[in-house]
Amino acid sequence: MEFIKEIFSQNISFIRNAVIASFLSSILFGIIGSTVSVKRIAGLAGAISHAVLGGIGIALFLSVNKIIPLFPPIVGAIIFAVITAIIIGIISIKAKQKEDTVINALWAIGMSIGIVFIAKTPEYVDPMSYLFGNILLISNLNLFLLFIMDIVVIMLTFRYYKQIQAITFDEEFAMVRGIKTNLIFILLLIIVAISIVLLQTFVGIVMVIAMLTIPVGVASYFSKNLSSLIVLSTIFSFVFSIFGLVISWILDLPAGAVIVIFAGIIYIFASLIKLKR
Amino acid sequence: MEHKIAIEFNNVSFSYDNIELLKNISFHIHENEFVSLIGPNGAGKTTILKLMLGLLIPESGEIKIFGNNPKNKNNLIGYVPQNLHFENKMPITVHEVVEMGLIDGMSFFKKEKYKEKVEESLELMDIKDLKIRQYNELSGGEKRRVLVARALVSKPKILILDEPTTNMDQASEERLFYVLESLKKSTTIVVVTHDTEFVSGLTDVVLCTGKESEKSHKIIRHNVEIFNGNKKVLRVLHNTELPENCCCKKEEKWNS
Repeated sequence: MEFIKEIFSQNISFIRNAVIASFLSSILFGIIGSTVSVKRIAGLAGAISHAVLGGIGIALFLSVNKIIPLFPPIVGAIIFAVITAIIIGIISIKAKQKEDTVINALWAIGMSIGIVFIAKTPEYVDPMSYLFGNILLISNLNLFLLFIMDIVVIMLTFRYYKQIQAITFDEEFAMVRGIKTNLIFILLLIIVAISIVLLQTFVGIVMVIAMLTIPVGVASYFSKNLSSLIVLSTIFSFVFSIFGLVISWILDLPAGAVIVIFAGIIYIFASLIKLKR
Repeated sequence: MEHKIAIEFNNVSFSYDNIELLKNISFHIHENEFVSLIGPNGAGKTTILKLMLGLLIPESGEIKIFGNNPKNKNNLIGYVPQNLHFENKMPITVHEVVEMGLIDGMSFFKKEKYKEKVEESLELMDIKDLKIRQYNELSGGEKRRVLVARALVSKPKILILDEPTTNMDQASEERLFYVLESLKKSTTIVVVTHDTEFVSGLTDVVLCTGKESEKSHKIIRHNVEIFNGNKKVLRVLHNTELPENCCCKKEEKWNS
C-alpha cells in the first residue's frame, strides 16, 4: 500500500517514474526480446549491450569536459551504440566463422573503453549505475525517449511483421521472397542498441539481456505464434518489473537486480511445470 | 510447339572459399519441363539450386530466369528447401508458414487478401486440418507437406524442390507425387533427389552433376524415356547426350 501511495506522491517522483519506465520498457523488452530470442541472436544483443558502455563512457567524457558543448550524454551514447551495432552486424554477416572471436573482443573492448572514459570524467560517475541500473537516475527525458522508441518499434513491427516472422523462421526462404534480410538484421541490431542505451538506467546494461530473454522464455510456454509471444512477454515483463520494484522498495534492495531475480525464479518454476507435463 | 527457356546457365563458375566447385557450366531448362538434378554428394546440386534462386551469385557467367536476373523473381519461383536448419522452437502455426510463400519483398502483407490462396494450397497438400497446429508439433512428413504448400501458394511458374522426400512418410510421398503429376506440363519443376524411383514416372530430362576434374564439376543434360516394364521406371538415354547451349531442335523428341 505504501508503494502505491508513493506512486501518486508529489514529493517522491522517482517511484512514479520507475513505474512508468516499467510500462514503457516492457513494450521494448516484449517486442525486441521476442525477435532476438526466436532469431537466436541473444548473444549478439548481449555483446551490443556490453559494448554500449564504451559509447556511454566516451559521451560522458565529451559532455562533462565540454569538448563538444551542449552534447547530452544520452545522445552520444545512442550514436556510439548505433555505430557498435552496425559494426557487429556487418561482422556477423561477413565473417561467419570468426564471428565469436571478433564479437567477444568487441564486447570486452567496448566495456573497457567505457570504464576508462568514465574514470577520466571529472565528476566521476559510478559505473555500477550503468551496469546494474539505478531507478533514481530515470529522468523525464529518459521516459520521453522510451516513449518515442516504443512508438517507433511498434510501428516498425506492425508494418514489417510478416517479414520479421519469415526471417526468424527461415532466412533463406525469406531471401527467395525478396526480403532484404541483411537490412532488417542490421536494423534490428540498431534498435537493440538504442533500446539498451534507453533501458540501462532502469535495469542496467548487464541485466538488460536478462529482461530481453527471461520474459520471452516464460511466454514461449503459452504462445501459439510470434504475435502472442510478443504480447505475452510484454505482459510478463511488466508484471516482473512491478513485482521487482515493490519487493526492492520493501526490502531496500537494488531494483534492477531484484526484477531480474524475480523474473528468473518465475522462469525456473514455469520450466519445471512444463517439464512435469 | 515452341517452349520458352525457363532457366538458363551460361558459362557459370562458382567457388566456395577458393575451392572451385563449378567451372563454366552451361545448360538450360525449358518451360514446363520436369527436370531431375542428380549426382553424388558434394557434386554441387544444392549450389546449382541456390544459384537458380539468386541466393548465391556466380563468380562469372550468367544465369537467367525467363530471360531475367534471378533477383526480383519472387513470384516466379516456389522453393522447398532440403535442410530444416530453421527448425527452432519458434511458435508459428501451419497457416502462417504457408502465408510466407505470398510475401512480396518488403511490401505490407495484407492477411485477408491471401486467405483464399492459403486455404487452396493447404487443400492441395491435404493438410487443411493442420492449419491451426503448431509447426513444431508436426511429424517430419507433415512438415515437408507444409513446406511444399508454402512453395505452391503463389502458384509459381518454376517449382524447385531439394530432396523433397527426405523425412517423408508413405502417405506424404504419395500426395507429393499426385501434386507434382498435376503440375507437370503447366509448371517448370526442378527436383534434386537421390530418390530417382520417386520421380521416375515424371521426369522429362535428367541433369547429371559430376566431377570433370579433381577440382570442378560439370553438368550433362540427358534425355530420358519411360520404360514400361513391370512398373514405370526412368531410363536415362546417355546416347542422346546433347551438346551444351543447344537442344531446342530435339525438343519434340523429348516430349514424345
